[in-house]
Amino acid sequence: MSRPHQRRTPEEDLCTRRTARSTSSSTATCTTGTRARRTGWPATRTTPRAGSSASTPTRDSGPPETHWSIEHFQKYSEDDLMKDVFEDGYVDVAVFQPTYLKEWYTEGFNTTERNGALSEKHPGKFVVNTRWDPREGDAGLRELEENVKRWGSTGVKLYTAEWREGSRGWTLKDPEAYRFLEKSQELGIKNIHIHKGPTIWPLDKDAFDVSDVDHAATDFPDLNFIVEHVGLPRIEDFCFMATQEPNVYAGLSVVIGGLMHARPRFFAKVMGELLFWVGEDKMTFGSDYGIWEPKWQIEGFVDWDYPSDEFSDYPRVTTDTKKKILGLNAAKLYGIEVPAELQLGAGAGTPAAQESAVGVSDVGAVV
Amino acid sequence: MIDRGQVLEALGTVRDPELDESVTVLGFVSSCTVTGDEVDVRLRLPTYFCAPNFAYLMVADAFDAVNRVEGVRRTTVVLEDHFASDAINGGVAARAGFVASFDGEAVDELEGLRRDFLRKAVLAGTDLVCRPLVAAGRTPEELAVMTLGDVGLSREVDRLRSRRRDLGLPADDTSALLVDVVTGEAVGVEALPLHLRKARVTGVSVGANSSICRGLLQERYGAGSRLASVGGGAEEEL
Repeated sequence: MSRPHQRRTPEEDLCTRRTARSTSSSTATCTTGTRARRTGWPATRTTPRAGSSASTPTRDSGPPETHWSIEHFQKYSEDDLMKDVFEDGYVDVAVFQPTYLKEWYTEGFNTTERNGALSEKHPGKFVVNTRWDPREGDAGLRELEENVKRWGSTGVKLYTAEWREGSRGWTLKDPEAYRFLEKSQELGIKNIHIHKGPTIWPLDKDAFDVSDVDHAATDFPDLNFIVEHVGLPRIEDFCFMATQEPNVYAGLSVVIGGLMHARPRFFAKVMGELLFWVGEDKMTFGSDYGIWEPKWQIEGFVDWDYPSDEFSDYPRVTTDTKKKILGLNAAKLYGIEVPAELQLGAGAGTPAAQESAVGVSDVGAVV
Repeated sequence: MIDRGQVLEALGTVRDPELDESVTVLGFVSSCTVTGDEVDVRLRLPTYFCAPNFAYLMVADAFDAVNRVEGVRRTTVVLEDHFASDAINGGVAARAGFVASFDGEAVDELEGLRRDFLRKAVLAGTDLVCRPLVAAGRTPEELAVMTLGDVGLSREVDRLRSRRRDLGLPADDTSALLVDVVTGEAVGVEALPLHLRKARVTGVSVGANSSICRGLLQERYGAGSRLASVGGGAEEEL
């Protein structure tokens, strides 16, 4: 299926693309595909069936020419990453999310240390986030502190559905989690990325409920909660919650990679709903690199608009909207300096303002 | 001899609670075999890891629906190809309940979950019924005083009424068209625009889930693998 391309002047086009280049994009936010239903999202090229070439949402979530072989997917190199993300992928600064999953990967899938080591080889390219797990108790608190000191982390990535020694997960509502949130704040962490949506096999049944984010966001108003994958496909709970919490953001990882190409109409609806309930100042792009490359996602989103008039009662998407989503909002969250010429023009609005929780104010537009 | 058509009709009343669609229409019934007064039903889901709570509800509901068919003496419902098949099949057969079937992994039975998703179904159904009215120029003031009887007859309205009845919400001709899905009270004109927005995003979510599940089921079992007799009346081997 093809999407109509938005018409822009060459200058606008260049500016938007450079905006994407100039700021940040999260990478490695999601690690492996799965087929879990309801909470799950089919990631591309993770479990190919030999000999099958049927067109499905599972394998064709990205354009065919961007598909990797399973061998490449299972082991891609540092050079691949640097080329795909920074040379070809328009990214200037990447927010690097760690993923431990030590029940399945003895040494972790990608740990803070490994990401940090890569970052030291390529100064200025990565924001090294860390993670914590409340079930690790005092030792976990110490490790968090060490990681923050060693790598200068200002963000964490959390997986409430991670298995650990017989436990199938945890919630942000747990008193132990509150200890870690307090410690995070004390250590200067600003951004809490929390994985809600696509599941990584095998995860527990209720672990993607977003109500725990609601509690924590209310009790920690100075922390930002970026809900990665926005609870897809069950987005309504997230939308209602985000509307009420000024410090909750929509992390678009998987939203763009998983839907824009494969399910353009659903993508348009999801974007329309997020723009309505959450607002363009609180949406951030994420590439999910290793599952998808950022290049086609960014190019596609720069060119994107609603596919038909059927979507006319959703908020409009402007070049400024895209600049904010592709970089300026994340740059603000992480204090990344954006060259003056790539910022929004005068009077175009301030990205990532907490008071911009929308949804209710312009709701009269519906009827 | 049991009428297999009646058994399939009974299975047709069993819905996926989240997708709000019949398991027969969704293709989740892979076989239904009648032998004398015994019925054997096989269910399947789009993935090996489909949420076990929803799976449990469907297996239990299928068991109850088939068991209610006149003359059925023995019912077997088996969920196949699922990571929790044993726990679910055993639990339903023993009528053990969800918590006992997932010892140590679940704290609640599933009626709360069922109600939550019925509420979503009412909201999504409200969107289907009301969006055309809004498109036709109905104002919030008009919608706020409309009753279910005012909107005429359609499949969407029937369905909305049915879901409202299931939830214990008012559903007759004189009931308000727009009601709070928890209290059942009419939605006032001021709250109405936001109510409709909530209905729409819920509809988007249900539609998305449904489309994903259908796609995955087709990927898993193939396009032509739906139970032929559903809607067609052909017999399966006994």
